[in-house]
Amino acid sequence: MSIGIVQFGGSNCDLDVLHVLKDVLGVDAELVWYKEESLERFEGIVIPGGFSYGDYLRAGAIAARTPIMTSVKKLAEEGKPVVGICNGFQVLTESGLLEGALTTNEYPKFRCEPKYLRVETTDTPFTSKFKKGEVVSIPIAHMEGNFYADESTLSSLEDNGQVAFRYVDKDGKATDEANPNGSQENIAGIVSAKKNVLGMMPHPERASEEILGSKDGLRIFESMVEFISNK
Amino acid sequence: MQYQADVTIELKTGMLDPEGTTIERALEHLGYETNSVKTAKKYTIDLQAENIHAARETVEEMCQKLIANPIIHNYSISLRELQ
Repeated sequence: MSIGIVQFGGSNCDLDVLHVLKDVLGVDAELVWYKEESLERFEGIVIPGGFSYGDYLRAGAIAARTPIMTSVKKLAEEGKPVVGICNGFQVLTESGLLEGALTTNEYPKFRCEPKYLRVETTDTPFTSKFKKGEVVSIPIAHMEGNFYADESTLSSLEDNGQVAFRYVDKDGKATDEANPNGSQENIAGIVSAKKNVLGMMPHPERASEEILGSKDGLRIFESMVEFISNK
Repeated sequence: MQYQADVTIELKTGMLDPEGTTIERALEHLGYETNSVKTAKKYTIDLQAENIHAARETVEEMCQKLIANPIIHNYSISLRELQ
């Protein structure tokens, strides 16, 4: 099994993800420069955080239109798991692999802090190692994380169980105060209709070791690895 | 023929425009009262095309494929022939 981590010019969480997969989980993982076209050797893909192409035009917009994303789409169509974190989430919405868009935070400031998230579904390749409704702590670091979708998209996301994580307070309530960026319905992460593509603004790779204060994020990668092993 | 297109990208009505709101507040501090301030981005694109219709079609395509995000944006195109 090998998991590919796509590197664009400006990605900066690529090595953190590589460290978690290789050193913490002991999984075969490898960085893939965006000019590579074939991803056939991979069983799963991570699109890491950062500022691909300096966030020019819109966050994720340029990266979403590089040829490697055609290969990511193909891999996703085969049912393989793809996860986009932060800028990776922006790339996935811009490329059409996930619905909605990520716009400037309601209060237009870069926010970097630990956040409580509620796990909304365990029926995805990324959340099987959680309990439904569990409150976990995973940090955010973004300025364009305000999730927006039109009304019909939003209700289909809710109805199909595609909302994976919501920002909540420590008691698990999705309040306005717990919402760091103005996202509709406090949405922090969603999956595709087939559930094998996850996009999330919080950074699970920054919450994958005890020394970092939380290991909650590790379970996302563990779930993904288990999903791949069981295929 | 050479053409120049001004492409204006705006957030759809009802979308939050935090930058616009911040500017609105700053104007208020300076003593100006406004009903609202909205931001937009303008891109100027020089291109070659057979005629103005072909140029418009190409720029439309550019907007749909890259420059605008149809989920959150409206766009308008103003074209002129360059001498």
